[in-house]
Amino acid sequence: MYKIIKKEILNKDVELMVIKAPLVAKNTKPGNFLIIRVNDSGERVPLTIVEHDKENVTIIYQKLGYTTTILSQLEEGDYIYDVVGPLGKATHIRDVKTVLGVAGGVGSAPLFPQLKEYSKRGAIVDLIIGGRTKEHLILVDKYKEFCRNIYFTTDDGSFGKKGFVTDVAKELYEKQTYDLSIVIGPLIMMKNTYLLNKKHNILTDVSLNPIMVDGTGMCGNCRVTINNKTYFACVDGPDFPADGINFDELMARQRYYVKEEKHICKIKLVNNHDKE
Amino acid sequence: MIKNKTKMPVQDPDIRNSNFLEVALGYDLKLAKIEASRCLDCKNPRCVPACPVNINIPKFIKEIKNEELDEAYFTITRSNILPSICGRVCPQEKQCEQACIVGIKYEPVSIGALERFVGDYALEKQLNTIENIKDLPYKVAIVGSGPAGLSAAASLRRMGYNVDVYEALHEFGGVLKYGIPDFRLPKDIVDKEIDNAKKLGVKFHKNVIIGMSLTIDQLFNEYEYKAVFIGAGAGLPRSLGIPGENLAGIYYANEFLTRVNLMKANSFPEAPTPVKIGQNVAIIGGGNVAIDAARTAKRLGAKNVFIIYRRDMSSLPARREEIDHAIEEHIDFHLLLNPVEFIDESYQVKQVKCEIMELGEMDDSGRRRPVGTGKYKTFEIDSCIISIGQSPNPILKNVTPNLKVDSKGRIIVNNYQTSIPGVFAGGDIVSGAATVILAMGAGKKAAVAIDNYIKEKVDK
Repeated sequence: MYKIIKKEILNKDVELMVIKAPLVAKNTKPGNFLIIRVNDSGERVPLTIVEHDKENVTIIYQKLGYTTTILSQLEEGDYIYDVVGPLGKATHIRDVKTVLGVAGGVGSAPLFPQLKEYSKRGAIVDLIIGGRTKEHLILVDKYKEFCRNIYFTTDDGSFGKKGFVTDVAKELYEKQTYDLSIVIGPLIMMKNTYLLNKKHNILTDVSLNPIMVDGTGMCGNCRVTINNKTYFACVDGPDFPADGINFDELMARQRYYVKEEKHICKIKLVNNHDKE
Repeated sequence: MIKNKTKMPVQDPDIRNSNFLEVALGYDLKLAKIEASRCLDCKNPRCVPACPVNINIPKFIKEIKNEELDEAYFTITRSNILPSICGRVCPQEKQCEQACIVGIKYEPVSIGALERFVGDYALEKQLNTIENIKDLPYKVAIVGSGPAGLSAAASLRRMGYNVDVYEALHEFGGVLKYGIPDFRLPKDIVDKEIDNAKKLGVKFHKNVIIGMSLTIDQLFNEYEYKAVFIGAGAGLPRSLGIPGENLAGIYYANEFLTRVNLMKANSFPEAPTPVKIGQNVAIIGGGNVAIDAARTAKRLGAKNVFIIYRRDMSSLPARREEIDHAIEEHIDFHLLLNPVEFIDESYQVKQVKCEIMELGEMDDSGRRRPVGTGKYKTFEIDSCIISIGQSPNPILKNVTPNLKVDSKGRIIVNNYQTSIPGVFAGGDIVSGAATVILAMGAGKKAAVAIDNYIKEKVDK
């Protein structure tokens, strides 16, 4: 059992938890993730390790489906049944001078440790951060500690430019370029940003979050096709160069259980009126 | 002399193919005694050396005959702490029963069924081996709680070592939990037999991935283990390497079986992990895992479940008993077909295209090699489960560069000793995917090698 040391509501959909898990924290590096099971019959859900110290790990999750919703019903002092990690390959830190981070929604969380690492190693770091509304722009204060410029965009225009991260990037690329762009968010956002970056000859790294079960290379659920070769996001990733990723196939695999997820939310989260 | 094996009662095929309860129901005392009476109690039994863990088979069978069931249990557990598991999943027909003298003229003694009977008797009676273990001041770490790890752990604990088993998943048992379905091996039996190892004093730690959560170096330097045994298994699915393999609706057997066996997706939404296969399910492959996947798909309610295999019926590597069970449960076999492409609609698999094969010359495996004919056949499918074998799990070798592996990723050992001093390995991570009992045999022998190593290097 793993104790919730701290819980913070970041906005109405997104929450942060600090969990005591010394064996996960011990060897964690930027880019690693963990897997939780909320209770003894729970499904295994992967989440990026956003920060860690000697004993504790920080996760940020969006209350999207069944498991994240029941996770959010836990409070400080409660226990999570299983936490295992660190999993995945640590981020491959490239030798570059300028980096543009592009965060979409809760993708701001996995982007954070990577961008911070680049900054720590002396790169100049800018950030485009996008969300549905102003309150969906998370971790902004933490990013401000090391980012040179931060550009904001919201779907509804409640903060920054109204539109998508790609709209901001397009404008930005008119006056400057970057050695590397790290893009993390929904698959469609990563795909479109990658295509734009490619036009401007900017190298793009993404972090993939496909469906996983064991997270240790055993099941193959998380496989992704890159340049016609198969990779397992759990052990070969989750970070990959965006070039050659079959995003459309990955989106289809991601949607495979959408109906089942809706069904379980409907019948098991009857008291949660925010959900369908 | 009774010429035939005493038949074990089974669930009716048309009932069992829609439930996950155990197919074979086991002997009662009466049937067990009848079967035990068929044993000749040979002076030089051939069955014992044919058993990878060398159970004293004639002795425990004689004890069944005499209704000394407690003794029969202790006889078995001296060599094997998992009789209920092994009685169910060992390929006895290729081991002890193949060597049985009775089998020369008649059907061999049903040793596996008798082992299972004794194991189940002990579980029901909550019989424990009372052992006086003299503790040694040395710690040994076991990586993986599957058959190899469990067997090594029990053997080392009996020698007096302080044994910690580290498991990456949230439950113990490895392939016994995620791989083998409930209808062949109920999970409560796995838990109960693992409890027996706990009662010996073996400590179990879940959610620890050796190589990630703790490295091999940390085990030695920070945790002061004197030796490490790696029994991490063959967890990496092999791919067909054909177009469309990553479409939605295509599973590797590992994922499909893990969802059902470990995560209980068959009871979705009660358990929150889903599984979705539709009505027409193709299984690629002909081994035990393929048969397990097919029978599981049927039990989930799929109307048409068929195995696609590139050789003929007689070449199927699965156990005959399982193949027969599958046929009884209306699993179809489409033979001499080699998948060449998956065809999709909006990235959801819709068809599998196969080349029609014929048998050619003998190959290295002693079977006739399937040769393509240039003709093709296409099947409409809602999902496909690829089950053509597993390779060793790569995590540990990826992060431990001085751990030598061969071209197939298998850890290279010399008498269970790996390229790193004090690190031993056995089971599927060394041999490639094999059987539960071979892994247990390896774990047991590795324990002897570890004991020798510690006594030589450390005890001086």
